[in-house]
Amino acid sequence: MQRIGVFVCHCGTNIAATVDVKTVAEALGHEPGVVISQDYQYMCSESGQNLVKNAIKEHNLTGVVVCSCSPRMHENTFRKAAASAGLNPYLVEIANIREQCSWIHKDIASATEKAIILGKAAVAKVHLNAPLTAGESPVAKRALVIGGGIAGIQTALDIAEAGFEVDIVEKNPTIGGKMAQIDKTFPTLDCAACILTPKMVEASQNEKITIHSFSEVTDVKGFVGNFTVTIKKKARFVDETKCTGCGLCTEKCPMKKVPNEFNMGLDNRTAIYIPFAQAVPKVATIDPNYCMMMKTGKCGVCSKVCSVGAIDYKQEDKFIEQKYGAIVVATGFNPIKLDKYDEFAYNQCPDVVTSLELERLMNAAGPNGGTLLRPSDKTHPHKIVFVQCVGSRCDDSKGKPYCSKICCMYTAKHAMLIREKYPDTEVYVFYIDVRTPGKNFDEFYRRAVEQYNVHYIKGMVGKVTPRSDGKIDVQASDLLANEQLHIDADMVVLAAAIEPDKTARPLATMLTTQMDTNDFFTEAHPKLRPVESATAGIFLSGACQGPKDIPETVAQASAAAAKAIGLLVKDSITCNPCVAHSDELMCNGCSSCEKVCPYGAITYTDKEFKMPDRTIAVRRVASVNPAVCQGCGACTVACPSGAMDLNGFSNSQIMAEVDAICK
Amino acid sequence: MQVNENKEFQPLIVAFCCNWCSYAGADLSGTNRLNYPSNVKIIRVPCSCRVNPMFILRAFQRGADGVILCGCHPGDCHYTSGNYFTRRRMTLLFSMLDFLGIERDRTRVEWVSAAEGAKFAATMNEFTEAVKKLGPNRRLEDLRCRKQ
Amino acid sequence: MQEAMINRAKQLLADGTVDRVIGWKRGEFAYDITPAVFRSAEELDADFVFDDFTSANVSKYLVKESKKEGKILAFLKPCDTYSFNQLTKEHRVVRENVYIIGIPGGPKLDAEKIKAKGITGILGVKNENYTLKIETVYGEETMPYYEAVLDKCASCKSKKHVVFDELIGDDGEVLESNRFEMVEKLENMTAQERFDFWRDQLSKCIRCNACRNVCPACTCEKCVFDNPNSGVENKAPADSFEENMFHIIRAFHVAGRCTDCGECSRVCPQNIPLHLLNRKFIKDINSLYGEYQAGEDTTSRAPLNDYKQDDCEASIVHERGVE
Repeated sequence: MQRIGVFVCHCGTNIAATVDVKTVAEALGHEPGVVISQDYQYMCSESGQNLVKNAIKEHNLTGVVVCSCSPRMHENTFRKAAASAGLNPYLVEIANIREQCSWIHKDIASATEKAIILGKAAVAKVHLNAPLTAGESPVAKRALVIGGGIAGIQTALDIAEAGFEVDIVEKNPTIGGKMAQIDKTFPTLDCAACILTPKMVEASQNEKITIHSFSEVTDVKGFVGNFTVTIKKKARFVDETKCTGCGLCTEKCPMKKVPNEFNMGLDNRTAIYIPFAQAVPKVATIDPNYCMMMKTGKCGVCSKVCSVGAIDYKQEDKFIEQKYGAIVVATGFNPIKLDKYDEFAYNQCPDVVTSLELERLMNAAGPNGGTLLRPSDKTHPHKIVFVQCVGSRCDDSKGKPYCSKICCMYTAKHAMLIREKYPDTEVYVFYIDVRTPGKNFDEFYRRAVEQYNVHYIKGMVGKVTPRSDGKIDVQASDLLANEQLHIDADMVVLAAAIEPDKTARPLATMLTTQMDTNDFFTEAHPKLRPVESATAGIFLSGACQGPKDIPETVAQASAAAAKAIGLLVKDSITCNPCVAHSDELMCNGCSSCEKVCPYGAITYTDKEFKMPDRTIAVRRVASVNPAVCQGCGACTVACPSGAMDLNGFSNSQIMAEVDAICK
Repeated sequence: MQVNENKEFQPLIVAFCCNWCSYAGADLSGTNRLNYPSNVKIIRVPCSCRVNPMFILRAFQRGADGVILCGCHPGDCHYTSGNYFTRRRMTLLFSMLDFLGIERDRTRVEWVSAAEGAKFAATMNEFTEAVKKLGPNRRLEDLRCRKQ
Repeated sequence: MQEAMINRAKQLLADGTVDRVIGWKRGEFAYDITPAVFRSAEELDADFVFDDFTSANVSKYLVKESKKEGKILAFLKPCDTYSFNQLTKEHRVVRENVYIIGIPGGPKLDAEKIKAKGITGILGVKNENYTLKIETVYGEETMPYYEAVLDKCASCKSKKHVVFDELIGDDGEVLESNRFEMVEKLENMTAQERFDFWRDQLSKCIRCNACRNVCPACTCEKCVFDNPNSGVENKAPADSFEENMFHIIRAFHVAGRCTDCGECSRVCPQNIPLHLLNRKFIKDINSLYGEYQAGEDTTSRAPLNDYKQDDCEASIVHERGVE
């Protein structure tokens, strides 16, 4: 016989003002199985919890219903209270009479009636609750960091520092990411390479860190503490263990006309290449799309000049499988493609460049050795126009609705650096707003305007037209002066919006994490859990979660590392006991449930059963791995026989709630 | 007991809400004090894909006048794919109910995120109005359960 | 045909390829043909029947038979092969334990339609130039052949065998069929008319479970309607809603799995056109998620266990057709 206790909370006046709590407690007291029904001012307070605990002991309760705020608020509080009084925590049900009743209804009579019905549904459900025990599963003491930019490097270094093994998977031949391409950093104007490359070296030398460069994650199985990840090490046709990075092959390679992606295609590299001098690992890679040997079978120069015999034209993609306890996503960002922006003539005119291209043009290791020259005729530009918000804060389908956050600051940096180095160059910046929230950011921007005389003009550029004399006509409006401007510029720099890397979406599917409509990973809570994904054991580092500058990225990278470390130090984690289970006697073995399970938690085995006629039959039946199952319940509906059911939300429990509400 | 003949018909609406998005969205409309009729009674499920067509039919059988199922927006399911299965299942189920001559407006699927408190309230207002217009559910209920 | 089948079955029994044969034998009346298992040449000679009334789909029997010791020979008509394939896909039959001989399909005859003409005491039938000659205890009667054809055969979808080990006779083609005609007609009615139609039909249901028991997709170890823990257990139509519930859920459980073999309507003693419910699902699946024929293969994903990110929303139901 069930002995159920009902506890109705006033929540001060939050509930009591619109719900007659005494009537609710009285009405629920008459429900079958209810032996005690009380109301109290603040049920979640210590004395409120004691009320529940004492009632559990005194009345030897078999179930507890708390009519209070949303279970999302205090379900755990009351479960813990019940557990401390010796009642299985899963024998507690919450009736949400605040968020879903008192706060939305004004009429006391109807709100009270609804609260009683919600209470009855909870009582009907708790009648069928079964005590559940959370299982434990071990934690693999190794972390995976996906992406080897500054975010990934920082996260990996921090996790390694705490004493755990970390693997970095980077899709490019070298780690370093976008920061490696940047010349100087705002607002200090220190050289990006000077602060990044030591970290890259540190990562490569740290014995706890393994770098899988030129690799991709192809499969993720498992769950928090126990992920099994397949990593594809793409064939680079060079034996990483032998190559010394001497670079002789790259000098001798006859195929020298390959667009150099590190320099944004502004110059060329060879078919066998090392992306840049400080690359980590410093190992050559053959680009099979251009290599003569790979394409025609004739050449083999690199193989001949390599003194250690590292070249291997027959190398194939290799797959490795590794277990991880935690995964940190640090897939970063890319500037958007500007193909759709005909008005800025990006595709027509080589002197219209993106900001990242400008970084390379100005970089000492860039295509012009650090001298700013126009890509078209290699002359010094004397008038440069910067266009802000190209594709950012855009409400049409061409661009992105969000602010890319970093453009205002890097444009101020570019303008300042150009004015510093080439004082004879005039610099115009067209902006919608200048956004400079950040330590020393506004001071930095003001320096650009006040000390360096950069012309900041509020207004958008309407059209960019390359002229036959090599100049570029920039047609724009000055919103403050309310006039149309024509500027005959030598170069135009577009602050292209940034977007998440294209690999992020398929990765999110593999990781079963959420993304927003812009393909940024969604954090578990926008304020309180900013570096965790909603999927346990998956953490977010850097710009994959939203636009960020370097200091923010590094801060978030370390935060993600801290969260990952918090998980890795545990020997085991408690599992959610509200998982699916299959009744073998009813299972058809039809595989429907397996098809809809997003976690691969269901497997089949042939089992022997004693049949009613005393024969033994072998039947194929499903079983659920409770550590892998996350409890969505997709399988329960796919199962035609009803063999599959879900703990905590069983068919009969939900049906009982329906019945109670519809009574 | 006196029966007021003029009393407006008050439909019973059962709303199944997924724990991660729609139930949180419903909470949010409470937090923001956004009004919707008390006719709506919410049942929490882990995911919209937990809702068996049987639950919906059962609700109608026992006297519900409308059943609405709310889940995360497609692509945002906490379990990645649950609501995609929901969408197919409910499309087919609703089509079947329609085929059997059950009024279409008694059933609905709506995607409500945890941030869409206003949408939740607006949806419930709309849906309750639509069901009110249809009047009591006479085509699906179990006569033994009819309220006096 | 019957002779050829018996002879081949005897050979396969004799050479040890199989140790049982599933076919059909006559019941009390000439048109009363039921599936049966034969173990010897003698049994085959005595009872094996294959004639114009042999319409029963034996695939479902193989759920149990294929799990027994030894191999069984099954004669499958084209429509039966679809059912068999679907069962293979769902791991309900053991393919290796069945030797399948594909035999030509219908059209098969509906004794009820003959009886409806006032013709009783049927002893046998013969099709002569599309006139059906019926031998009865009261003498010979005639009727137009096509008026006696089973509904499910009249809207046959395929004469092709999708699985077999050997064929007797030629294989056919997938047919263009008009099988969705009635579904469309209903779709074009008003909601009230549809409701009245189905109330009329479903209220005849006596919950004999024949539709469920014959259905090759309904092979659950324990049906939810028999399971006291399911919350919907019910043996009899206790109220106006129960048969709705039963038939909706039954159709839903086989949605995407139903091969449209038409057995449910054939066996219904109340002549409820139950196959229309399944065809409605098939039609919807085809139009919303792409053409899909259950049982056509053993590997494709069932439409309800699959999704596309850009599937239509459920509101499509509210937007189309007649309310």
